[in-house]
Amino acid sequence: MAKYKMHMLVCGGTGCHASEGQMLFENLKKEVQDNNLENDVQVIATGCFGFCEKGPIVKVIPDNTFYVSVEPKDAKEIVAEHALKGRAVKRLLYFDPVRKEQIPDSKHMGFYKKQLRIALRNCGMIDPENINEYLAADGYEAMGKVLLEMTPEEAIKEVMDSGLRGRGGGGFPTGLKWQIASKNHADQKYVVCNADEGDPGAFMDRSILEGDPHTVLEAMVINGYAIGATKGLIYIRAEYPLAIHRLKIAIDQAREYGLLGTDILGSGFDFDVEIRYGAGAFVCGEETALIHSMEGERGEPTFKPPFPAQSGYLGKPTNVNNVETYANIPVIITKGAKWFSSIGTEKSKGTKVFALAGKINNVGLIEVPMGITLREVIFEIGGGIQGGKKFKAVQTGGPSGGCLTEKHLDTPIDFDNLLSVGSMMGSGGMIVMDEDDCMVAVAKFYLEFTVEESCGKCSPCRIGNKRLHEQLDIISKGNATEKDLDNLRNLSNVIKDTSLCGLGQTSPNPVLSTMDNFWDEYLAHVNEKRCPSGVCKDLIRYEVIAENCVGCTACARNCPVNCISGERKQLHVIDQALCIKCNACLEKCKFNAIAVI
Amino acid sequence: MTSVKLKLKDSDVQKLKEIALSFNNEAGELINVLHKAQEHFGYLPAEIQEVVAEELNIPVAKVYGVVTFYSFFTMLPRGRYPISICTGTACYVRGAEKVLDEFKRILKVPVGETTADGKFSITCLRCVGACGLAPVVMVGDKTYGRVTTDGVKEILKEYENEE
Repeated sequence: MAKYKMHMLVCGGTGCHASEGQMLFENLKKEVQDNNLENDVQVIATGCFGFCEKGPIVKVIPDNTFYVSVEPKDAKEIVAEHALKGRAVKRLLYFDPVRKEQIPDSKHMGFYKKQLRIALRNCGMIDPENINEYLAADGYEAMGKVLLEMTPEEAIKEVMDSGLRGRGGGGFPTGLKWQIASKNHADQKYVVCNADEGDPGAFMDRSILEGDPHTVLEAMVINGYAIGATKGLIYIRAEYPLAIHRLKIAIDQAREYGLLGTDILGSGFDFDVEIRYGAGAFVCGEETALIHSMEGERGEPTFKPPFPAQSGYLGKPTNVNNVETYANIPVIITKGAKWFSSIGTEKSKGTKVFALAGKINNVGLIEVPMGITLREVIFEIGGGIQGGKKFKAVQTGGPSGGCLTEKHLDTPIDFDNLLSVGSMMGSGGMIVMDEDDCMVAVAKFYLEFTVEESCGKCSPCRIGNKRLHEQLDIISKGNATEKDLDNLRNLSNVIKDTSLCGLGQTSPNPVLSTMDNFWDEYLAHVNEKRCPSGVCKDLIRYEVIAENCVGCTACARNCPVNCISGERKQLHVIDQALCIKCNACLEKCKFNAIAVI
Repeated sequence: MTSVKLKLKDSDVQKLKEIALSFNNEAGELINVLHKAQEHFGYLPAEIQEVVAEELNIPVAKVYGVVTFYSFFTMLPRGRYPISICTGTACYVRGAEKVLDEFKRILKVPVGETTADGKFSITCLRCVGACGLAPVVMVGDKTYGRVTTDGVKEILKEYENEE
């Protein structure tokens, strides 16, 4: 790598891909060639930088210049100015809305300042399709150390001492899981990587697999050696074509280099990895359901015990870990348990990757040390709420988590703290909501998801969640009474207590947490038949504000059902009987003359 | 299962047999076989499921159970330009529902169905992971970001002259 004077790193993650990142990459390569700079400037497609809001991103090394919202046509200028003349292209630099100035490099951006990248260490740094780059970044060093210098017991102890807990949602101590699996003897054991990321609004695992697939393979070999398994399986969503593509390349390259296969590094240890495809079922994130799915069955969970560590895939001892958990393992081995456990809080060590999304300025993928507060994440890294609106809630943990409010903003984030305030860590989805979001509608949205994704095996989840959704629908239509709210709470608790697996045990959380934190909003729907945020269609109507209307006819022309009447320069009127509440008139009006009442 | 609406051609049956054989006709490979079959045929009608069941030596009911369990598998043909609206949480809070309503209104078909001319179909999917571009719509493999209700007409216009 040393021979190049400059590296241009282009984000090749799914988000930037969707905004013509691939074409940008090709244009940059072509420009470099046209200017005869191939020997000086290297253009690489890397994994996700995390700052998805402003994609596609181009980062120039060594000066760390960080270009945002780059279009394919900008390639010419970047090469001509930056590569040839050594001047940054000012108009493509990130503009900090808080400091009101352009920030030339990533190190000084609010988005990156408080981040600590362990699991994402190589994402946006290396070419994920080239094993040599991973090797140059100390890749497979941990594997070598474990296979050649450590006993399986020592490897497990290191992971245990690090305090690493499962990043997929449950937070079970990883080292303990490995130890249990290692103590169950069988002729064949399995190591499974859970890459069935089904939580809507979360894309941590996808980004790791797209940006640094080898780290997962390396960790799986270590895991296999530690528990005595020679076969690894990666269960991945079929909806992630790019991640699958890069994973396949990585597996082939690792085999070619002898880092997978028989007698790895001359240690006498054999290990190989296969890919298994999911087919779109949220419940398959649950490990017993995932195992059934890998066996070609419906992905229905079964009662534990027996735990997968005793009887898992094909009835053999199986250890299932999530992608992000694995991404931490090589670093724990090379830098040591002591180093890792010095980061984070008392019971939650290390960092956590979050997918920050919703009504926030800096949507993206972040990695922060455990113990950071929600306020720091939302207002410093996330850059605050879009459009200067007021923060209302943050939803963590996906459909299993809860909505937290202003009063929780200073809570240090870790597994236990989030649980104690009625939410959970989950896999790391973090959706920010503003004053325009109705909490009843949000709870209904999540229940709609759960109803769709419930596997149907146990009745509390199958029937109970359906009834919860119906109740919420009645509330959002203004047909409920306070008694219904009591029923809603009771039923939620019954579902939590009696469901078979984690899906049903947590699915009422969005309902309970919104009831706890936004009780007034529920009461307004029930007693006043009013939706304070103006979201629930049956409880709102659109009206023309007479003093603001200038009769420009914009609303009438854009109304899809022609329910607005009025002559030019005259007051317009909305026919409430015909209005479908599509919001088009409000979006089109330039005079603030349409209001939701 | 006896009423055959769709008659598979001999070459189709042969293709299915090849797919099953490539996984050694193992029952445990059912999901992989179905993935390959859907990749080739576009959807998995009952007739295809029957051949798969036969080849893997398992009951058709089991194949049907798996096909209907996973959202990725479909028993209905999709449109030539399948429209998928992301209804993940990030897209939801940024207005995906209004975008979906607009597609349904213009194309006059509900979610999961195809227009009469077979051109467009509407499906919802949960998170493509491009949350920075929310709300996201996919038409085939092409991704559209930050879609507004106005943008819906623009997107459909692109396919106006396509067949």
